[in-house]
Amino acid sequence: MRPSTLLLALAAVGCASAPAPSTQAPAPQPAGAVAAPAGAPAAAAPIPALVAGATSRPNADPFPSTYAPFPSRPTVIRNVSIFTGAGPLIRNGAILIQDGKVAAVGATVNAPANAVVVDGQGKYVTPGLIDTHSHLGVYPAPGTAAHNDGNEATRPVTAHVWAEHSVWPQDPQFPRDLAGGTTTIQVLPGSANLIGGRSVVLKVVPSRSVQGMKFPGAPYGLKMACGENPKRVYANSGPSTRMANVAGYRAAWIGADEYRRRWDKWLAKPEGDAPGRDLNNETLAEVLRGNILVHNHCYQADEMMQMIDIAKEFGYKIRSFHHGVEAYKIADVLAREGISASIWSDWGGFKMEALDGVKANVGLTHVAGARAIVHSDDASYSQRLNQEAAKSLAAARAAGLTISDEDAIRWITVNPAWALGIDRLTGSLEVGKNADLVLWSGNPLSVYSRAEKVWIDGAMLYDRSDATQRWRTDFELGYVPNAGGIR
Amino acid sequence: MRATTFLRLAALLAVTARLAGAQTVAITGGTVHPVSGPKIENGTVLIRDGKIVAVGANVAIPADAQRIDASGKWVTPGFINSATTLGLNEAGGPQFSGGYNDVSANGTNGIAASFEAWRGINPVNTYIIPARQEGVTSVAVAGGNGMISGRIGVIDLVDATTVAELFRSGPVAMAGDYGNPGNGSTGARAEYWAKWRTLFDDVKAYAARRAAYEQGNSRDLAAPRSELEALIPVVNGQMPLALNVDRASDIIAALAFAREYSLKLWITSGAEAWMVAKEIAAAKVPVFTGAMNNIPQDFGALGQRQENAAMLRAAGVTVVLVGNGPGDEASFNVRNIRQEAGNAVAFGLPWDEALRAITLAPAEVLGIGGEVGSLAVGRDANVVVWSGDPFEFGSVAEHVFVRGRTFTSKSRQQMLVERYLTLPPGYRRP
Repeated sequence: MRPSTLLLALAAVGCASAPAPSTQAPAPQPAGAVAAPAGAPAAAAPIPALVAGATSRPNADPFPSTYAPFPSRPTVIRNVSIFTGAGPLIRNGAILIQDGKVAAVGATVNAPANAVVVDGQGKYVTPGLIDTHSHLGVYPAPGTAAHNDGNEATRPVTAHVWAEHSVWPQDPQFPRDLAGGTTTIQVLPGSANLIGGRSVVLKVVPSRSVQGMKFPGAPYGLKMACGENPKRVYANSGPSTRMANVAGYRAAWIGADEYRRRWDKWLAKPEGDAPGRDLNNETLAEVLRGNILVHNHCYQADEMMQMIDIAKEFGYKIRSFHHGVEAYKIADVLAREGISASIWSDWGGFKMEALDGVKANVGLTHVAGARAIVHSDDASYSQRLNQEAAKSLAAARAAGLTISDEDAIRWITVNPAWALGIDRLTGSLEVGKNADLVLWSGNPLSVYSRAEKVWIDGAMLYDRSDATQRWRTDFELGYVPNAGGIR
Repeated sequence: MRATTFLRLAALLAVTARLAGAQTVAITGGTVHPVSGPKIENGTVLIRDGKIVAVGANVAIPADAQRIDASGKWVTPGFINSATTLGLNEAGGPQFSGGYNDVSANGTNGIAASFEAWRGINPVNTYIIPARQEGVTSVAVAGGNGMISGRIGVIDLVDATTVAELFRSGPVAMAGDYGNPGNGSTGARAEYWAKWRTLFDDVKAYAARRAAYEQGNSRDLAAPRSELEALIPVVNGQMPLALNVDRASDIIAALAFAREYSLKLWITSGAEAWMVAKEIAAAKVPVFTGAMNNIPQDFGALGQRQENAAMLRAAGVTVVLVGNGPGDEASFNVRNIRQEAGNAVAFGLPWDEALRAITLAPAEVLGIGGEVGSLAVGRDANVVVWSGDPFEFGSVAEHVFVRGRTFTSKSRQQMLVERYLTLPPGYRRP
């Protein structure tokens, strides 16, 4: 009988400075890894050696990923049904993972003699689940004011802040996410602001630093927010209305476009002093160049339509609308515009802009041809994205829609991978892709199924049967009982 | 003209519903889970005048009975969600500059013992029908924050225009908080608990010397008259005290407090209850908990885990499954109690126990075990026919009886979905 934590969370409204010297070894990246968003212009030509910290250049990476895959052994999982995320369910099939990649998948596979063999009798494999909307690390547990780092609610446009600088890698919610089969998450700033800052895509792995979790090759995202949250947070200083929200986005993009032009001109012909740097415009300019993907918190259909026009006015693309409780009302438009919808299975009603939430939202959006994604925005739901997808699937079928189980799995795997610009690397079990996968105790669309083993880049990072190897954050030591069954 | 048609339709539906209530209904051929007894294959549940009149494998079916063929289907009691604010809030309320929120009383110094939240229920709240459509037939409704947040009532999810039509039972318990020293203007746990003792001592003093109090011949007491009055049945051990208390050591403190004052205690959150399961079992205190929360969300609940229900049950504690996660199971998603039950099974609770924990167990704890919560002769006919295992997402509640009636009213969510299954003509571009 606790007060709704949902409401409490929402009350809080909860979604390069020092370029490395060019001689430094690049962060580990799978070959050909950088997944530029579809239609994005190619990155600008390399800039000649410049004074560190002095330039605002495309694809600057001052906080490079230091993630490297964990040790792995060639592993073959046999006698399993495989939702590949790419094609029809393979019944009683097998999958071989080797050197961190999917090496073979099909009815049968040839495995090297030294491969670890997992007998998956009666069980299921899916790609590692992907959550496009997480606040792990920036709103960690325990929920203390000291760690309340998700919303820079001091002014309405804060594109200068980066979510990764708030991520606490010792958030005990990370290992619980992994134990739920979630291997990749996008951590976003909250939704207090019109433009909340940069997101970061993380692998759900133990690390002493956020850099050690950063998904190599994943583009950054930009968090934008429509509607009630910004105007409520800034009721006194403005924006206090939706029309001022829109004016605020436009003013920001006007400034950013000026900045981008000034810098691109100088970068093309670096003579004289470089223009002054501005962290806010630096991020926005990267959006305009197509190097950062826009993730737009927006509930109402009418507001999403306006955000689409704003994007067109300034020449950027919206990669995904988040929450989108009314996505189903404009699913045809989302399909036409190539915008994905990151939505809840069954949240709604908790404020005016959420009033028209329906359980068939995901299904209706899907059948209209738009990329549907089941997201969480919640540390608990993020641990059971499979259940959320199953609820959405059931509601869609109850509404008379025809949707396959395979498609429902895509809502939590390859579709979110696309939204994050990493679908060439992960999100489906196809040869050459990262070996991010989950062995489930049964059909993942059943309420009774649990993740038994989870691999990231071929390394088994969670094994339900082996409590001694379980990832426990520093925080948990001495605080959270090691109950063995902890997820 | 459209409005007239709508009204006619509504009137017709109302008549149909009344007729359905008057009929005898035989649900035949299904796997019947009475909860009060072992499951019955190919069983029949016979309903007449809102009551269950026969349950079994060999039930004589009256000729005039409407038959529902439940072959291959599962028949269960209607589910009870025992931790809700259903009907009290919509569209966020003032907190979000929206709809209405009638959950929390202001009270006096955190004490709102005389508050009966259910009296403020909006019977046409749009979350009620979706809950019923997923097999929830009764809910307990409690108030919000405070040291004592008010009295708990139970309603049935029938179509209604007044609270009286929904009402089943109340007050069934007094709700409060024993673990959060931030409530009630206190700074520390021990101060908070001292405040509880002072209050209960004053309730006793008031009850013993009412006349003197009325004459103004009384020392200052810890709460206003209305609140002292409301707490008398609690202090007398007649009305259960339902406490939110999470930390293991706080639970032990609450058990000691209840023992010393001879209170009838429920634990209505109990994140770390599994650590002191033996003590809770010995005290015969029921625990309301869920199975979808493993987040160490605060320093008073670091041991929160999904096996809580299973471990408590194994220790002999009466478990009532409620939502304890973030999914708004108290209001918009009251319907998700079946997901909670499914997760409880996944985390170790036997299936039959999970069903009991959302049917007969809450009914008995709430004091209505003789009315609902099982498929037994004489009980009110709150019955659901499921297409399959009710905890599985793909299963549908095909027939939901509340007090022997079924309902055809559509939820607002259904109306929206139907409107957008195809783009409404009025919304097409010219």
